[in-house]
Order: sequence, then C-alpha cells, then structure tokens
Amino acid sequence: MDTKRTIFPNRMLPYLLLAPQLAITLVFFIWPAGQAVKSSFEREDPFGLSASFVGFTHYARLLQDPLYLGSLGRTAVFAIAVTVLSMALGLVFAAAVNRLVKVGRVYTTLLVWPYAVAPVIAGLLWWFLFNSTTGVLAYFLGQIGIGWDHNLNGTHAMILIIIAAAWKQISYNFLFFLAGLQSVPHSLIEAAAIDGSGPVKRFLTIVLPLLSPTTFFLFIVNVNYTMFDTFAIVDATTGGGPAQATNILVYKVYGDGYLGLNLGSSSAQSVLLMLIVAVLTVIQFRYVERRVQY
Amino acid sequence: MIRKFITAGFALALSASSSLAATEITWWHAMGGEVGQKLEEIAKKFNESQTDYVVKPVYKGTYPETLTATIAAFRAGEQPAIAQIFEVGTGTMMAAKGAVYPVYKLMADQGELFEPASFIAPVVGYYTDIEGNILSMPFNSSTPILYYNRDVFKKAGLDPEVAPKTWAEVEDFSRKIVTSGAAKCGFTSAWITWIQTENLSAIHDQPFGTLENGFGGTGAEFTFNGPVQVRHWGNLKKWADEGLFQYGGPAGGDDAATKFYAQECAMTMNSSAGRSGVIKNAKDFTPGFAPLPYYDNVTKEPKNSIIGGATLWVLNGQSDDVYKGVAKFFTYLSEPQLQADWHQYTGYLPITNAAYELGRKQGYYEKNPGSEIALGQITRGTPSANSKGVRFGNLTQARIIVDEEFQALLAGSKDAQQALDSAVQRGNELLREFEAAN
Repeated sequence: MDTKRTIFPNRMLPYLLLAPQLAITLVFFIWPAGQAVKSSFEREDPFGLSASFVGFTHYARLLQDPLYLGSLGRTAVFAIAVTVLSMALGLVFAAAVNRLVKVGRVYTTLLVWPYAVAPVIAGLLWWFLFNSTTGVLAYFLGQIGIGWDHNLNGTHAMILIIIAAAWKQISYNFLFFLAGLQSVPHSLIEAAAIDGSGPVKRFLTIVLPLLSPTTFFLFIVNVNYTMFDTFAIVDATTGGGPAQATNILVYKVYGDGYLGLNLGSSSAQSVLLMLIVAVLTVIQFRYVERRVQY
Repeated sequence: MIRKFITAGFALALSASSSLAATEITWWHAMGGEVGQKLEEIAKKFNESQTDYVVKPVYKGTYPETLTATIAAFRAGEQPAIAQIFEVGTGTMMAAKGAVYPVYKLMADQGELFEPASFIAPVVGYYTDIEGNILSMPFNSSTPILYYNRDVFKKAGLDPEVAPKTWAEVEDFSRKIVTSGAAKCGFTSAWITWIQTENLSAIHDQPFGTLENGFGGTGAEFTFNGPVQVRHWGNLKKWADEGLFQYGGPAGGDDAATKFYAQECAMTMNSSAGRSGVIKNAKDFTPGFAPLPYYDNVTKEPKNSIIGGATLWVLNGQSDDVYKGVAKFFTYLSEPQLQADWHQYTGYLPITNAAYELGRKQGYYEKNPGSEIALGQITRGTPSANSKGVRFGNLTQARIIVDEEFQALLAGSKDAQQALDSAVQRGNELLREFEAAN
C-alpha cells in the first residue's frame, strides 16, 4: 500500500487543496443535514414562530404509520424496477453498439440524448404519451383491451413513473457499459472464440465478469438516483397519487414538508431516507464488492 | 450571510437610485388566466391614480402554492406585503399571530375608513375571528354553482330552460343525455373537496366538524362521515361506474372544465368565478347557470352554500411607508365601482353591499341571466352552525387526504363509508398536530 501514497512536502498544501471541496460539502450537505436532524426532534408551526422539543415523537409516529411503511414498500418496488430496467437496457444497447464499427458514434449520440432531458420534461413526455384521453400509447393500449388510466389506477401510475425514470437513466448506464465493454481485451475474446465458445458463452463467462466493477458502480449510482433524483418525475406525472400509490419516500418528504407544512415529520423522513441510503451503500460495499473482480 | 450581503448591496443600490421614487408594495396572488389579467389591470389603475406607491402583482401559481410560497418566504424573511390566501388557509393564517398584521388594525393605524358592515353577510360571517374583527381584506369570494350545456340538453330531448334541481334529477337527466348519445357523460365536478363534500354538508345542514365546523377553536374534530355524505359519495361512485359522472381530478379538478368545454360532459359544478371562463370557452354552445342540486328527501329547504375564494393578508416585517400604501390600496379596492366591475367581469360575488346595489342600478343582473344565482344561493335562508362555512387548521392538507380517499373510492379499493371514515380519521390526526403546534 505504501507505494501508492503521495508525499506532500508542505503539510498545509493537502488541506488547502481539499478546502474548496470540503467547504462545498459543509455548506450544501453537512449544514442542511444538521438542520434537518435538529428539526426532526422539534414540533414547529409553519411560520417558524415557535418550536418545541419533542424527542423521537416524529420517528415513533412514522414507524407506526401504515402510509409511511407503504411508501417504503413502494420505494423498494420503484427502486428495484428502475435500476434493473435501466441497467439491463443500458447493457443491451451498449453490447449492440459495441459490435458496430462505423455507425457506433451516431447511435451513441442518439442514445445519450435522453440524459440531457430535464426530469420534469421526461415526466411530462411520458405523461402525454399515456394520457388517458389524448395519449398515443394509451390509445394503442385501449385497442388491445387495456383501459389505461393512471389517474385512478395505482398500478398504472407506478408503471408510468418507472418507465419515465428508467428511460432517463438508460443513457447514463449505456455510456458506462459501453466504456466498460471497450476496455475488455480483444485477445481474451479471440482466444475463447478459437477455443470454440459461442458469442453468448463468451459474453457470460468473459465480458460480464470483466464488467463487474462498472456494474457495481452503476448499481450504487442508480439506487441513489431512484431514491433522490426522481422527485421531479413524480411531481410532473402523478403527484404521488392516485391515493398515494406513487408516493415514494423522496416525494413524501416534499409533500409532508412543503405542501403539508409538517416540518418536523418531513425532517424526520429525510433523516430516515438518508440513513436508508447510507446503510444500503455500506451493505453494497461490504458484501457485494467482495464479488467484484477488478 | 452571503444572501444578507447581496440583499444589503441591492438595497443600497436601490435606495441610491430610487430615493425619490414611489414605495413598492409586492402583492402575491394566485389568479391565472382571464381573472389574472383583470387583477393586473386593477393594480395598474391604482398605480396610475397616484404617484406615492407602486403595487407590484406577482403570480405565484395555484392557491396552495401561493400559501406555501408565502410561508416559505416569511421563514426566509422575504415575505411580500400582501398575499392572497384562499379561504382554506384562513385557519392557518389566523393562528399565525406573529406573522400577520390584521387588516382592521392596519386600517385603524393608518386612519383609513374600514367598515365591516359594508361587506355582504356571508363574507363578514366567514372572515371574522372570535372577537368579531376582520383579519384579512375580503377580495374575491365565490361559491360553487351548476353550469350546463343548453344545446346538449336540447339534443337529449330535455328542456334547455330547466336545469336539474335535485340530485335525483341530475341522475335522471344524465342518463337521458348518455343514452341518447347527446354527450359522453352527464356531469363532472371541479373541487370534490369543496363542492361535493364541504358544500354538500352545508346545503343539507350536516356538520362537517365539531365546534361549529371549527369556528369555535383549534380543538375541533372532523365529522363529515355522516349518512348524507356517505350516501352522496356512494352515489358518485355508482354514477361514475355507470358513466353518468366523470372525475375531473384532485384539488381544483382541472379536467372538469375541459370536459365541459369540449362538450364531453353536459354539466359541471364549479366556482361562480368560473363564469368568465365558461362564457369565453363555450364557443360552440350556450351555457346555462343554476344553483347546486340537493337531495329533496333529505331537506326540503336547502341551506346556503358556503364561501370560497380568497382574501388579502398583510404580513409583518414591512416598513411603515409600505403599510401606509397598503391601507390606501385597500381603500381603493373597496370602491363600489371597482368591486362591481371585478364581480361582473369574473363571476366572483359582489363582496360589498354597495357593489351589489350598483350592479342592480346598472341593470346588470337583468341583462345577464344567471349572474345573480351565486349570490342568491349563498344568502339563501338563515345560516346554521353547519352552513356558516368550515374553518380548520391544516385544512389544505386535510383536503389532499379527502382527494386521496375519493380516488380510493373511485378505484374500488374502498366503499363510501370506509373512504370517508378513513378521511375523517386521518384528518383528525392533522387537526391534533395543528393544535399541538399552535
């Protein structure tokens, strides 16, 4: 390990170099997070005129609240579905583009586009396509006998936000998978081909294990994405409805805090959300990373 | 810290350049579309009428959005001088004593004439506190009415002059309309919370909550899961399944207006302030106006409907100059001429007696059939404790719950009793939370 260490002659220099990043983390993460922790133990009126310490009341109430537990379950469904869908499709597209020699660039550019679309727009786009009175997709679904209505049908609403959220994230996964695929040594694949293994077997036994660091990285990024960055998609499409069917944790924090003006409970929820993601990441690093081959 | 520096810098720059210019009064409002343009016009006229003050209207989105934006701004110390808050937020604002500069006090402090008796009774009744003081400036008050499509009625073989009076007639007419193919659906409704729950309770003299529907203090509880409400919600579900009724969406029910304008639904129930929009958008048909229907086997004498719309709240933390301007602006807003014009253009109620008188003298109500329906309905009979209105803290949030439970009802996962029970129980938790925080 010692060989990797860089020695700075000046003791202050490393701290100085780190300072901007630390300052940003402090101002934009540690400080607000601290505020959230503080107000999660308080009961406050909306205008912030008075606050009283209530201990773990908000936490205790949340953990008994069937709506909060329901939201937890929905978030799990949503996170898993979006992660699996967007990673699988990202990998498929990357593998397909990787085989192309000449037009690969064009496809890459086109496939990256959705990532540049703002989440609100992505949400609205799919909302339009699935709109029960004017949407094209809803019309086709109607033709095959599915009465699409995400305004009243909770399952439809959940499918809608999963599609919208996954669609936006495919590009990101695609780019990383493509980079990963391109760094797989050709000699290994050629050697396997000479030994008589087919493309599927080559992919499963050589390419996929070599991709595992990329997969692991994307897995963590995607879970974080679904937990935190999907707020705008939900807001633009379903608003957490119908009857809370798509009220995932991050949206519930907003709904209860900003619309509901229940700042204590909302803060407690955001603290819990932070903890959930932290624990998930630790688990992933401790147990999943062992299986990763660098 | 940084923000303080920037604001200080801005303030310095502004005071240097505009020390002689007029005092600026920010006015956050929630009026979009045709009504919003009218509001801008009012501010503009006031600004042109004098040189000391400039009222700057800023559109902040829907009513709930304007309320939350105002609260967020107050917490950040950047609140506007005037905020337009809908009647649902009244309980929340009344409890925020440290944030609000009561209007009766403002007007007295600034020596402007302010006479509560000049406002029509439903307005005074709703917006006064327990001591009888008006805390916010009445501005746009409305009440829901029924709109119907005369041409579709004719096509369905109905008399276009006769609107349904009772819910039984609504059902009957709707079935005729749908089976004759005159329209896809009989009726839709904006605001399931306000119209099909709160107003329904008032009209049938059913309690919405304890302590005189919350007027008696923050210890009140919701009780809107009574037999009449359950029956009505059950009917709506039944009619939705049959295709007679179409859901217009949560909160304001934005789709309801669209369905009515597109002649998909022959009737809709919406705020009287929807009148200007209906007249403007009913291009291919003649609209009709009528009071809200009622169950004639529950009551023979329907009570008054209840108030909606918004008032203007003055927020603490402004300079005395600003408050002087606000008081002058409010006096301007109370002028009969302006009030009558606003009422006639938008469909909001004439909130002062003088404005109503003026309209009568002008012959406005005779020339515009249906324009008096809202006022007639809200002043009908003697108000009871159940029809005075509803005033609860956290009512904005409680309405979100009512919408959710209504969706659960329509989706078939709950029946009417279960949905309303659950809405009451969840709503009461909010009320206890509000009571503890204030």
